[in-house]
This record gives sequence, C-alpha cells and structure tokens, in this order.
Amino acid sequence: MANKKRDFVDQKLQDLNNDGVDRRGFLKCMAWAGTGLVWTMSGGIPVSRAFANNSGKEATKGTDFSFVQISDSHIGFNKPANPDVTATLQTAINKINAMSQEPDFIIHTGDLTQLSKPSEFDTLDQVLKAASAKEVHFVPGEHDMLSDNGEQYLQRYGKGTKGTGWSSFDHKGVHFVGLVNVANLKAGGMGSLGHEQLEWFEDDLKGRSASTPIVLYAHIPLWTIYPDWGWGTDDSEKALSYVKRFGSVTVLNGHIHQIMQKIEGKLSFHTAMSTAFPQPAPGTASSAGPMKVPAEQLQQVLGITDVNYVVSGGSLAIVDSPLGASGSSASVNGGDAWR
Amino acid sequence: MTRKKVWLASLTAPVMIAMLLLLAGSPSVTANDRPSAATAEVKIDNFSFGPQTVTVPVGATVTWTNRDDIPHTVVSTDGVFKSKVRDTDEKFSYTFTKAGTYPYYCTIHPKMTGQVVVQ
Repeated sequence: MANKKRDFVDQKLQDLNNDGVDRRGFLKCMAWAGTGLVWTMSGGIPVSRAFANNSGKEATKGTDFSFVQISDSHIGFNKPANPDVTATLQTAINKINAMSQEPDFIIHTGDLTQLSKPSEFDTLDQVLKAASAKEVHFVPGEHDMLSDNGEQYLQRYGKGTKGTGWSSFDHKGVHFVGLVNVANLKAGGMGSLGHEQLEWFEDDLKGRSASTPIVLYAHIPLWTIYPDWGWGTDDSEKALSYVKRFGSVTVLNGHIHQIMQKIEGKLSFHTAMSTAFPQPAPGTASSAGPMKVPAEQLQQVLGITDVNYVVSGGSLAIVDSPLGASGSSASVNGGDAWR
Repeated sequence: MTRKKVWLASLTAPVMIAMLLLLAGSPSVTANDRPSAATAEVKIDNFSFGPQTVTVPVGATVTWTNRDDIPHTVVSTDGVFKSKVRDTDEKFSYTFTKAGTYPYYCTIHPKMTGQVVVQ
C-alpha cells in the first residue's frame, strides 16, 4: 500500500511537471498572494480551505474550533515577484478578520522576514497586531535565523520554547507540536531536526493516547518533495516514526510557496502558500527562486483550492476542490478511500 | 632526479630563458614569481555557485557575487571563512594564503555547494 500511495504522489509531481496538463489552471493555482489556510477541527478531523472560499459559513457549522495557517511572509522582500509583501500580508490578515468563525489562533510556519532584520520583525508584528486572533504560534524559517543563530527571532517569538524554538501545546483535545528544521543545516543536505529535538519530540508524545489528534508544523516540509531543491527534511522519517501510533496526524509546512498534499496512512501532509510570492513547481524552473507572475495574477486571489479531510472506512483522504471550476477534482488521495 | 638533470642539460640557453618567462606569466608558481593580485570570481546564480570549483594560486582573492533575488551565504565547511548574509548584488571576498582544497556551502540553502582549490 505504501508504494501505491507513493505512486500517487509521484504521479502528482509528474503532472505538475507536464506542460500538457492544464498549465493555465496550474499557474492560477500558483499565483497565490495574501493567502492563508483556514483549518477547522471537527471531531478531531482537520479540514482546510483556502481563504477566498466564501462558503465558510456553512462549512464551519458544528465544528469545535478553527485556526489559520499563514506562511512565508518574507517581510523585507522587495523584488519584482512582489514589491509590497507587507501589503499582501495585510490582505491575509484582513481575510482572517473577515472570517465568519473567528479562529482560535494563528500558526505562522516561518520565513516571517527576508533578512532577519529587527525592522522587518517590527513590521511583521505591526501587521499581525491587527489580527482579530491574538494568539499566534511561530516556528522559524531559514530567513529568520540568518545572521545571529536565531537570537533575534527567539527573543521575540521563542518564549517558552526549547532549543532553536521548538514547542508543543494542547488546544481543545488536539496536541500541536511546532518543530524547527532550519537550524544548523549541513552542506549538501536538506532540512534538519537534529538529535536533541528528536529526543524531546519523542518524550513529548509519551503517555499521550493514540486517539489524540496530532498536528505537527514546521517550516521546511517534513516529507521529501524535491531533494534537488532541498525540499525535504533529512531526519523527518525518525520524527514521523514517533507519531505512527496516533490515529490522526496532520503535518503543516511552508517553505515551498505552493500547495502540495500527500496522504500516507494516517498521516496527512500539506504545504501552505506564501503571503509574499510564488515559487515554481518542482523542476519547472532552473531554481526555486521567486516566480514572477503578471501583477493582476498576484492580486487575484485565492479560493482556488479547497482541501477537505474526510473519514471513510477509517482512513483519511484529501480531496482537492478548485473553486471556480465545475465540480471538484482529487489531486492526491489515499488510494482506496476518498470521495 | 637524474633524468630531469639530463633533460635540463640538453636544453639550450635560449630555450631555458623562454621557459622561465613562460613560468613567470603563469598563475601557479613559486613565491618569488607569484602575481601580487591574483583574483577569481564566483557568481551565485539560480541557487548555484559558478564555477562550482575554482582553482587559484596561493595568495589569490576570490570574490563571490550574489545575483539571485534571494539572500545566500558563503561558508567554509571546515570553518575557514564565513560570509555575512549576502543579499542581491552583494559581494564577499576572501584571500587564500595556504594551499589546499576548501569546500564551502550556503548555510541557508545547503544544497548549494562549491570548492576553492588553492595551489
């Protein structure tokens, strides 16, 4: 089964690389700006949708709580791919504030800033202050730990965290763990969690019931998406082995500035869009650098992808439902149990 | 060694002078003949160092220029040299005073690696 599932993911990546596959639609998907994901917890099952989905009212009915993931704000970036990243982050915050159900908190999955400058962190703080949700949980991206081993970041956002900024908390029966995989990176490698953090993580999960829904979040994907561009974490497999016994595990990442999803047994992986600029799909450009799209595409937003987690026959599945398209299409699924 | 001596002895004086002149102009010679301002350039483009391997004489200064829209670093794997974060168009230079091979990478994007060979 595992191989079969892997095949589905490979298929997905291949499709993204294939120019023949609805390239226009694909580029539209890539043109996220000022966006974020809304996650609602319903009976321990996370359901996400892109911001512009205005049908949020019905969808959130009867849920226990919701939270929002934003990522890759890159405050300080001012290149052609987006000369005003502060404005697009502001747009994201406005959308959070306009949500029918106020999220309990926000998770920022890193790359808050472009260059770890105090002034950039200040701007981010200013923009986030306007959010109706006052509680924000952070993990650093590599851009947040550039010149001072993350000292500036930890001073501002690392209260109560361990090591380079990892931590966990419980919220209404769900256990959240924020992991750091951007520190002490080795030449030639990808993201890295490191021995100390892995030990802490294993210990953190000890004694928790297998029925506790687990949400892991980290900047760089905890699954290998594209090694050539470093889109993965060298020691993520060990971390994931610790959560295998849990019935529902959701892994939220950023870093790659586009939505990718994968399901492996009870593990659901999802990467978020950036609020700053899009990056190319794996292998479709000479590098992972910022992707320039026409301005009107950058400003045109969201709601193109709807992600739903549903339970069927005891296994989780993801259905990718682009808004504006007739019907819905499955982008990645668990193979045998999706609808 | 004896073979070399024989070989040198067989050369005429003008040929030997010509050879010395050639050596003086080449980048990798003894301390006395070392060019005082040997330099080499490495460009950072599309998340890669180009050329990935650069070979220079002892005393040469290598300058890296970041031409990406994203910041990078140039950091010796063995701790010999370490740039600050280099944003677009910013440079980093290091002068190599000892022969050897110096692998380096970008600590932000560790898939980016290169090396400087100092002869």
